[in-house]
This record gives sequence, C-alpha cells and structure tokens, in this order.
Amino acid sequence: MQTIYILWIRQIKRYYRSKSRIIGALGQPLLFLVALGFGFGPVFQQAGQGNYLEFLTPGVVAMSIIFSAVFSGMEIIFDRQFGFLKETLVAPVSRFNIMLGRTLGGATVSTAQGVIVVLLSLIFGFRFHSLVSIPLAIVFMFLIALLFTAIGTAIGSALKDFQGFQLIVNFFIMPLFFLSGAVFPLSSAPQTLRTIAAFDPLTYGVDGLRLALINVGQYSLLTDFGVLLVLSFIALSIGAYSFSKIQI
Amino acid sequence: MENIVSVNNLVKKFGDFRAVDDISFAIPKGEIFAFLGPNGAGKSTTIKMMTTLLEKTSGEIKIAGYDIDKGKDNIRKCLGIVFQDPSLDDELTAYENMEIHARLYGVDRKTLKEKIKGLLEFVELWDRQDKFVKTFSGGMKRRLEIARGFLHAPQVLFLDEPTQGLDPQTRNHIWSYVLKLNQEQGLTVFFTTHYIEEAEKIAGRVAIIDHGKIIASGTPIELMAQTKSANLEEAFLALTGNVIRDEEVSAEENMRRFANARRK
Repeated sequence: MQTIYILWIRQIKRYYRSKSRIIGALGQPLLFLVALGFGFGPVFQQAGQGNYLEFLTPGVVAMSIIFSAVFSGMEIIFDRQFGFLKETLVAPVSRFNIMLGRTLGGATVSTAQGVIVVLLSLIFGFRFHSLVSIPLAIVFMFLIALLFTAIGTAIGSALKDFQGFQLIVNFFIMPLFFLSGAVFPLSSAPQTLRTIAAFDPLTYGVDGLRLALINVGQYSLLTDFGVLLVLSFIALSIGAYSFSKIQI
Repeated sequence: MENIVSVNNLVKKFGDFRAVDDISFAIPKGEIFAFLGPNGAGKSTTIKMMTTLLEKTSGEIKIAGYDIDKGKDNIRKCLGIVFQDPSLDDELTAYENMEIHARLYGVDRKTLKEKIKGLLEFVELWDRQDKFVKTFSGGMKRRLEIARGFLHAPQVLFLDEPTQGLDPQTRNHIWSYVLKLNQEQGLTVFFTTHYIEEAEKIAGRVAIIDHGKIIASGTPIELMAQTKSANLEEAFLALTGNVIRDEEVSAEENMRRFANARRK
C-alpha cells in the first residue's frame, strides 16, 4: 500500500509543479471549443440537433483526458532515461504495485485535467443538466483516464525513447478521438462509421460522459461503465505484464 | 569470517557474446571489495545481475544468506545501491527523494524523519533538503544517492563507479563517508572503478576483471607481488595489457548488437 501511495503522490506532485504542462494542455481543448463549438453551432442547431457546444464539451473533455493519460503512462520512458526507474525496480516491492501506483497517479492527474476543461467550458456557456452530473462525470473521467494511462504504461514499458510519441499521437490517440463520436453524433452517422465507433473504447467514455453531463447518449450508463471497467482491467493487466518484463 | 556475498560460476550471455564469463568470488562481512577493470570488462553487467536488474544466464548469487533464485525481494532489502548514472527524481526535492525510498523499503515511519535528517546531515545536504534535485551538481546528487542508499540500513553497499566524473574534493568526501560507514557500522562495500588509486587506497581486496573473467584477485600488495610490479597500476597493466578499450557498452547496446548480428 505504501508503494502505491507514494508513487501516486509522486505523479501528483510532478503534475502540479509543472504549470506549463497544465496550461499548455488547455490550448487544444480551448481551440476545439471556440472554433468547432461556435463554428458548427448554428449548422448543428439548424439540423435540429440542439446546442453543439453542449454536445461537444464532453468530447473535448475526453480528448484532453486521453492526451494527458497516455502521456502520463509514457512518462516511464523519462524515468528510464533519467534513471529513476532503476531506483523503483531494485526496491523490495512488487512490480505490480509500482505500476499500479504510478498508473493511478497518472489517472488522477488526467482526471484533474478533465475537470479543468469542464470548468473552462462553463465560461463558453456550457451547463450541467443536473447536480448529479458532477460526481457521475468524475467517475467516467477517472475511468477514461485509468484506461488510457494503463495503455500508456504498457506502451511506455516497451519503448526506449520518446521518438515514437508522435506516431502514437497520430495513429492511436487522434483516430480514437475522431472516431469516437466526440465531435459528431453517431446516431446520424453512416453505418460503417458507427460500426467502427463501436470498437473504439473512447466511444463508451465519451458516451458515458455525455450521459452524465447533458443526459444525451446512445448506449446506457451501465453499458458505458461496464465496457470501460472491463477494458481498464484488461489494459492494467497488459500494462503490468509489460512493466514486469522491463530489464535495464 | 562468514561470507556475506558469494558468487559462483556466474555467466551472462548476450547472444554468443559472453559479457560475464564464469566468474566466482566471495566477500567476507565488513570487507571493502573492489572490481577493477577496463571499459567493457563486465563490471556493470555483474553489478546489474547482483542487484536484480538483469537476469543471469547461469550461475549462483547469494547475498546475506539469500539465494537470488529463491526470491529477489529478500536480497533487495539487504542492498544499498548507488548506480553509475543518477537515479534520482529531478522534479522532486532531496527530502522527497529520500522519503520515496524510505516508503519503498518500508522504513519505520516514526523514525523516518530523524533518519533522513541524520543522513542528509551526514552528507552535508540537510540545508538543501527542500531544493529540487535538478538544481544539484553532479557531486551533490551522488552524495544524496549515497545517503539514500543507506537509508534502509543495508548490509551490503554497491557502488558502481561512484566517483566517475567528480572533482577530487568530492571524490575524497564520498570515500570518507563510505569508509566511515564501513568502520563504524561494519558495512560491507562492493564497488567498481577504473581509477586504480581508488582501488589501491580504499579496497581491502581487489579483483581484476577483463573480458568477463576475473584474471587476478587479492590484496593490492598480493597483486603487486604476483606481477612483480612496483604499484597497482603496473600490476593492472601487466594483467590487462596496454590495448585501449572501446567505451563500455550497455546491456541494451549488447542486445542491439545481438539483434543486428542475427539479422545479417
């Protein structure tokens, strides 16, 4: 427990000390909210789909969470390069606990990043549909964060340097985001796209978050929750396996 | 006296390359033992296997009565390690780095603060406990790592080229800390170096390793007598020859070479 706790705290300390990272990570969501939110707003309204900014916000929140989460998971690479990883690997504690502590830390930090984006969206006119929204949304944000931090850890354990990060952004994070129904309603999308989206884990994250925040969605809360939970469990197992195989 | 470390027929192969080739040695409790060898001799690979970072190919490693094959955590608790390159978290303070270590090794939380204070005072860093490690010089980082390595009261302290790249003042300081710990607490010390005068001055016994094999071992005086040399440097050169060695390659580099060789 001590191991998990101290490595969790470590991630949090590193996060709130890097102000540039917190602020830097807000640029992209801000741009999406302003340009897409206000740009497509009128068209969306005319098509009879309602308020686009409200529809978009959960998607943008999910996006900022997965960016932060995958990056946090992949921070293992920094630890490898700066040597701190060795310090944890020679300690008399199980590697699973080390991996779990840092993954939970990364997930917590990414959830915080999501909360900041939600608060930011309030400025642009986003409103929760009820007070229950808040705790429920945090649960979903945390699940998305946990899943993607675990994936980041699995990837980071297998890589030696950050050269591949751009590859992962362009061929992994971006497709997951754009195919998840984060920026358009899946209900009116072509069947092919809907089928693809059904295999995108983030679809369930965005859907759950949207149900929690504005009570709009295509699956049920329980389905979204279940899918995310199972996938998180699988990703954690893969991450733990991948982490246990590290040799220096 | 009983041996606290015993290594028998240890082998590490990367493909066909034998980085460590059937070495055996033992260290009695309380001794300072040095591994002396040119670059790429297999010093770091041996230390990595002994500190559980790298799996051995074959052989036996026993530390403080524990066999490495029968559970690594028992051995890990007994070891204090200062690696060749820094292994601190730069974004945290000196105190926080110590605290993480204490928690990882399950140091009693009631005495934790005093212990950290005592050790940071010992390496003269207590007044900088709140400073981020990224602001520290190489020598300060190394001192912090020594303090950290000793936090859980290990039985054997491993130092992998602990003074490389440091100025003479810092080197002197570091060895005086280590000698003090050795004399006052009977700490067993295992270190690698390629500074011959350090091995000569500090170590009780020296093993000279080259091409993955121990080619001679004994007290510095024994080694000089064995090679009819006037000092340890001559003895070292007599044993390992005058050829300049390539930079030491890491285990990763060895694996890359192995992969490339297989592709051809």
